[in-house]
Amino acid sequence: MGLEEYKGVFIYAQQVDNKLSNIAFELLGKAKDLAADLDEKKVTAVLIGSNVGSLVDELAAYGADRVIVVDDPELKDYRTEPYTHALASVINEYKPEIMLVGATAIGRDLGPRTSARVKTGLTADCTLLEIGDFPLTPIPGQEQKHKQLLMTRPAFGGNTIATIACPDNRPQMATVRPGVMQKIAPIAGAKAEVINYNPGFTPNNCYVEILDIVKEVSNIADIADAKILVSGGRGVGSKENFKLLEDLAEALGGTVSCSRAVVDSGWMPKEMQVGQTGKTVRPKVYFAIGISGAIQHVAGMEESDFIIAINKDENAPIFDVADYGIVGDLNKIVPLLTDKIKAEKAKKTA
Amino acid sequence: MKIVVCIKQVPDTAGGVKFKPDGTLDRQAMLAIMNPDDKAGLEAALRIKDADPENVKVTVLTMGLPKADAVLREALAMGADDALLITDRVLGGADTWATSSTIAGALKNMEYDLIITGRQAIDGDTAQVGPQIAEHLGIPTISYAREIKVDGSTVTVKRMFDDGYMMLKANMPCLITALSELNEPRYMTPGGIFDAFDKEVTVWGRAQLDVEDSNIGLNGSPTKIAKASDKVAKGKGTVVTPDSPQEAADGIAAKLAEKNII
Repeated sequence: MGLEEYKGVFIYAQQVDNKLSNIAFELLGKAKDLAADLDEKKVTAVLIGSNVGSLVDELAAYGADRVIVVDDPELKDYRTEPYTHALASVINEYKPEIMLVGATAIGRDLGPRTSARVKTGLTADCTLLEIGDFPLTPIPGQEQKHKQLLMTRPAFGGNTIATIACPDNRPQMATVRPGVMQKIAPIAGAKAEVINYNPGFTPNNCYVEILDIVKEVSNIADIADAKILVSGGRGVGSKENFKLLEDLAEALGGTVSCSRAVVDSGWMPKEMQVGQTGKTVRPKVYFAIGISGAIQHVAGMEESDFIIAINKDENAPIFDVADYGIVGDLNKIVPLLTDKIKAEKAKKTA
Repeated sequence: MKIVVCIKQVPDTAGGVKFKPDGTLDRQAMLAIMNPDDKAGLEAALRIKDADPENVKVTVLTMGLPKADAVLREALAMGADDALLITDRVLGGADTWATSSTIAGALKNMEYDLIITGRQAIDGDTAQVGPQIAEHLGIPTISYAREIKVDGSTVTVKRMFDDGYMMLKANMPCLITALSELNEPRYMTPGGIFDAFDKEVTVWGRAQLDVEDSNIGLNGSPTKIAKASDKVAKGKGTVVTPDSPQEAADGIAAKLAEKNII
C-alpha cells in the first residue's frame, strides 16, 4: 500500500435520530488542530445515515471543509454491518491519512469493526492526539518517520499512559474519549464541499434485525456540559444528605455529580457519575466532597480548571489532585459555604 | 449448540503495573484474575447450558502466557466443558489487530454457534478484540450486551447505547460482547475445583492456528508503542486543616471569589 496516497484528516460525524452528537464537533475541533501540522489542511466529516443531508451546514459551522454523505434507508438506525460497510467504503475510496471516531457506545463498535475491515491499527479511547515523530527519538538502524499521528491514552484503569503510533498502515485510526477535545466556536454561514457517495447496501448474514429501540432519556442536565460541578462520594453518607450538595450547587448555579460508590449504593443515577466508567468532565470548578479519590474517579475529573476537595481523612488521595483541599467535616462546612455564597451574591445584587 | 467464550487473564489493576524495557507490559510480574466482563460472558454461556445441559457445550479459550492456564481452570470449575490455551512465543507483544487475528485463527479450526467475549478487558480497556474477531470470521457482532436469549438458530440481545438500548436479533453463528452488568457470575464449586485440576486443558501453538505470519505477534501489529509510563500525578495544591467549619467555608468562598465564580 502506498502510504503517501492517504491524505487529510477525516472524522466520523456521529448522528443519532438525525441529530449530530457533540463528539462530532469535538472531533472536528481536534481535526483542525492536527491538519494545521500536516501538508493536507482540509478536514473531512463522514456523515452516515438516512435523510441526513440537512446536517451538513452544522458540520461546516464547526470546521468541516468537506462532508462525505452516505445516505441510504438501510442506515436509518445504527447497526454495525451497514455502518461499517459505509465507513470502510469511504476509507477505501477517499483514503484518509487519519480517521477519528468518537469513543461512544457506537464508535467503540464501529471503529474496531471498520479498522479490521480496512486492515489498519486502531488506538482506543485517546485523550491526547498530536503530530510528531516515530520513534520519538532517532534509533540507530530504524527509520524515523515524521508527521505521524501520536495517540495517547490511559490504560489499566488510568494507572498508566501510553503513546501509540501506527507508522506502516493507513489510515491512522483512533477512537477519542467524549468530553476531552475542544470544539470551535461555530462559524455562522460556513459552507462545506459536499460529496454524496453510496457504496450500495445489500443485506447479508451480518445484518441484524432491530426488534425495538428504547430511549432512556432523562431530564437530568448533562454533567459533561456543566461549568460548576458539586460532586459527592460515599463520604456524603446517604441519599438524603445529597440535599446539602444540591443546595450548594443551586447557590453556585452548578450541577450535582457523584462518584461510582454513590451510584453503586443507589443514591444517584448512573448519568451523574464521573470517572473511568462514568463521564469525563472538565468544569471550571469541581468540588470533590466526601470523595476519597480513587484513580478511576480522578481519571474523569483531573482536567477540571480548579478542584476543591473536602474530606475528613487528611490522607485521602483526592488531596493529591486538588488545587485547594480542606480537611474537615462536610456536614458542617457545606451548609456554611452555601450560606456564605448566598450572602456574597445578595451583596453583589443589592 | 456450541458456545465458545473468549476469556482473558488480566493483571489486577490494584496490584501495580510493570513494564519491560521495550515498553510492552510485563504481565509475568503482576497478579492475575479473570477479566470481569469475560466472567459475565462465561456466566451467560453457563446459564444457556443450564437451561439445556444435554445439548449445549461451553468451551473457554484464552490466549496468553502458559500461566493463563489458571483462568481456564477457574472457568472449568465454574462449569465450562473444556478449555483451550493458545500460547506461543511468536504471539507475544500483539496489539488488538494481531490478537483478534490470532484468536480468529484458532476459531477457524473450531466449531461454534455462538462466541461470547467480554466487552473490554480492565488492562487495555479497548473493547476492540471482540468486534475485530467477528470481522475476521465474517459473522455478525452485537456489542455491549445486557441480556442474551437464544431461540433456535437466532439470538436476541439487549444492546446498550449511551441514550438507551436496542433489542437486536441476529442469526447464529454470531459474536456477542458482554457487559459485566449482564449478571452475577457463579462461584466455583468445591467439586468443580477438584475436577477442574484433573481435566485436560488443550494447548495450541502457532502451528494449530489458521492465520498468516504477517498478522501475529509484535511484528504483525500495526500499532506500535512510542512511549508508556506510569501516570504522574499533577502538582499537589494547598491542603489546609481549618480550626472551624466557618473558617473552612470562608477559605473556599475566598478561592471562588479569586476565580471570579462568585
